[in-house]
Amino acid sequence: MAKSDVKKFIIYSLFLGILILPMVGFPGRSFEAARAFTIWGGIVGILAIWLLNKTIRHSDMYLRTSAHLAPFRNTVLRKFSKLPTRHYILLLLIVVGSFPLLANNYMIDVGITCLIYIVLGLGLNIVVGLAGLLDLGYIAFYAVGAYSYSLLNLHFGISFWLSLPIGIVIGAICGCIIGYPTLRMRGDYLAIVTMGFGEIIRLVLNNWDKLTKGPNGLLGMSKPEVVYPAFSKGGFEWVVYSLNSLHALYYLMFIIAILTVIGVRRLDNSRIGRAWVAIREDEVAAELSGVPTTWLKLLAYAMGAAFASVVGAFFAAKLSYTNPNFFIFMESCIVLCIVVLGGVGSIPGVILAGIILIAVPEVFRELQDYRMLAFGLAMAVMMVLRPEGLIPATRRKQELHEADQSSPED
Amino acid sequence: MTVKEPILELKDVHTYYGNIHALKGISCAIPSGDIACLIGANGAGKSTTLLTIFGVQRAKRGEILFKGYPIHHLRPEQVAAKGISQTPEGRQIFPRMTTLENLEMGAYLRNDKAEVADDMEWVFDLFPVLKDRTRQLGGTLSGGEQQMLAIGRALMSRPELLLLDEPSLGLAPKLVEKIFETILEINKMGVTIFLVEQNAHMALSISNSGYVMETGRIVLTDRAARLLENEKVKKAYLGE
Repeated sequence: MAKSDVKKFIIYSLFLGILILPMVGFPGRSFEAARAFTIWGGIVGILAIWLLNKTIRHSDMYLRTSAHLAPFRNTVLRKFSKLPTRHYILLLLIVVGSFPLLANNYMIDVGITCLIYIVLGLGLNIVVGLAGLLDLGYIAFYAVGAYSYSLLNLHFGISFWLSLPIGIVIGAICGCIIGYPTLRMRGDYLAIVTMGFGEIIRLVLNNWDKLTKGPNGLLGMSKPEVVYPAFSKGGFEWVVYSLNSLHALYYLMFIIAILTVIGVRRLDNSRIGRAWVAIREDEVAAELSGVPTTWLKLLAYAMGAAFASVVGAFFAAKLSYTNPNFFIFMESCIVLCIVVLGGVGSIPGVILAGIILIAVPEVFRELQDYRMLAFGLAMAVMMVLRPEGLIPATRRKQELHEADQSSPED
Repeated sequence: MTVKEPILELKDVHTYYGNIHALKGISCAIPSGDIACLIGANGAGKSTTLLTIFGVQRAKRGEILFKGYPIHHLRPEQVAAKGISQTPEGRQIFPRMTTLENLEMGAYLRNDKAEVADDMEWVFDLFPVLKDRTRQLGGTLSGGEQQMLAIGRALMSRPELLLLDEPSLGLAPKLVEKIFETILEINKMGVTIFLVEQNAHMALSISNSGYVMETGRIVLTDRAARLLENEKVKKAYLGE
């Protein structure tokens, strides 16, 4: 057992103790030592197991055994990596597709929320991951989508499908509105301005009583409908089927998510995607290579906003209700967390992180307030252990481990 | 000696950074097929001159003509499309893109795939070392290799005029020599070169004409060979 590991273990345990004991120890007004120390003990136990695991992994016996098993392990790994990616994708589709058949309504609802956040994450990934523009007000475009559908449907009776393209256009225009003044900004300044923009949208929705009914929200939008032909006695007629059930809504969201993944993937591999990466890498150099930076940055905002707008409309249609408090700053943060936790620029990473960040807090709902504590702790641990995200994009991985690569002599 | 048609002409160009008057009326004419160099101390406005030509910085007054056409109102991508290419100062390559991707970015505006491939071969002929590093990330290349990559990327747009911003910056003397040899070679292929340098001796020794810049103005214009003999230049920039 290495001395430095033991030292680290003790320091971490003490630090966690200082952090956790007061927070967990006061469910009421008095300090409950038993409760506080149990939780602390649990975490210290996990740390101890980690230390033990590390020690075993470095022990001679483990190394010897693992050397013996290496050929076997390699064959297994090779077998797995030989399976084409599309098999994995197919498997994933089957699991996600059959999920509602096995789950109860509550779980399906959580599933829909997961899918919504996955699409939001993928949309933000265009702005943050590809073009490298930090956006802290992304949820505003989600709100724009939700309110465009609500208003169009309530006032003009426009159906979900027809209002989708309108919502996309409005979202993209809003993206350009936020994009244009920030074209010359970078990093921190950009983050602050986008954050402000997000709040402006929310406050406008909250205060424009005549149009948005303010904090009361809008109520009674119709659900998405599908029309299909049916053969009855007299012959042939069009049947309107309203997607009222959670199952139907789940599948609709599933389709939106699949289309988003395909769309984002195509963008990622396109000429435009390459130009975005160039802008992120070095704006002046991109400009000198003939990349129209102004126009492409606006396009990144518009594309990101368009995806958010689509799910926004879906969200409003699903609940038949919308209100400005759905679109608080915290939501923008969660979407950004999904992107960062999953791996900036990585599509599978964002999908995984979307599931983890939305579903896992639901699992721990019983923990009540500690949910957010656990959430924060998990984020901090992630950033220390895997700064490149759960499933890093190849490019990002290379960047963060650049130091490991042997660099040739100057 | 016949007077060659200038490929690039600047007429009384003024550029500002906010309130700072960075270029105070630059005028110069670079003959087609030549190598011209712009020398001067730090902060004299050399890089600003190049960025203004490219439209990254806007000229507030004055005219910039490329092959007789005004280009000072164009955006950078439009300037690039006209046939001008530039390597940024401090060898700004795309660090997280591979050598190959960097070169492909240089050909961003081109659609003729077959010819782009030919030009890529040409760049690899000029800089054979890049060929061994096609899959390596730009940021992990050595300083000299990064500079070669930056020049190679600029060549991928098949420019008629190449603007080079301090290609010798931070390189070992041997590498500087190599880079300048290559610049001569590129020039022989018919590319006009406008070179900004602090390494005045090196720059003047390969150039046809030279400009000396001080605090936003061109203070001296002459054939490069004569500038090398000029007492003032010797004292201020050649350290003799």
